[in-house]
Amino acid sequence: MVEWTEFERSTIADIFSKLNYDVAGSNALARCLVVYPWTQRYFGKFGNLYNAAAIMGNPMVAAHGTVVLHGLDKAVKNMDDIKATYAELSVLHSEKLHVDPDNFKLLADCLTIVVASQMGSAFTPQVQAALQKFLAVVVSSLGRQYH
Amino acid sequence: MSLNAKDKSTVKALWDKISPKSDEIGAEALGRMLTVYPQTKTYFSHWADLSPGSAPVKKHGKTIMGAVGDAVGKMNDLIGGLGALSELHAFKLRVDPANFKILAHNIIVVIAMYFPGDFTPEVQVSVDKFFQNLAYALSDKYR
Repeated sequence: MVEWTEFERSTIADIFSKLNYDVAGSNALARCLVVYPWTQRYFGKFGNLYNAAAIMGNPMVAAHGTVVLHGLDKAVKNMDDIKATYAELSVLHSEKLHVDPDNFKLLADCLTIVVASQMGSAFTPQVQAALQKFLAVVVSSLGRQYH
Repeated sequence: MSLNAKDKSTVKALWDKISPKSDEIGAEALGRMLTVYPQTKTYFSHWADLSPGSAPVKKHGKTIMGAVGDAVGKMNDLIGGLGALSELHAFKLRVDPANFKILAHNIIVVIAMYFPGDFTPEVQVSVDKFFQNLAYALSDKYR
């Protein structure tokens, strides 16, 4: 089980309570598809992903970004057992979606950048450490059921 | 993932914008790296103070960004241009090259914090590629 300090718990709760899920989710996913274009392989049905402008303006990307961020909510609300919370989602990503788990880290990095741009100087090194630890646990849990 | 003309002009344009703050960016990025990735502290056991904002962190952040700025001017031949630095890291400092990626991530986070409007996804992809190529050049002489 992951040990969380009081600071880490309150920091994660604080970040997510202030996040606009639609904006942050769509930005993070779009950013991932632009910065790491091989991730587009999972979104063949999303229509026009031909260039950055198309990706940033694509409504299916935006909608899916929101879905992903709401998925993170489960972890925020269950920080003491993220592994169990994500067991089903991990199976889904492995057996149905066939997503290379390395990609989870790429999306997590993009979300970190989006949060950093929004928070500015409030994104202190300690806040960054807490967010990255949280996202690392999420990433690990999502990869747990792969075999 | 080689740098094309668009990458090079994007990186140069961004560097022109951020270079006035490069010392600060370097210090912030290094401080963050030591905090968020504590294993990186193993390379700095000779420093009295490893906390963000300390004197050795500020000084070294400035050194690092000076080298980054130098690399911006050498994008047409990073391996040739950074040969001496690569030898330094390979034979004297013996930094595990995996750490170059870690530092690059933190520099990118700081750029995003300070220049959110400029650090669009399109700019990020070119900057990410630049740091990847820089890391590759820096590890060139290792073996």
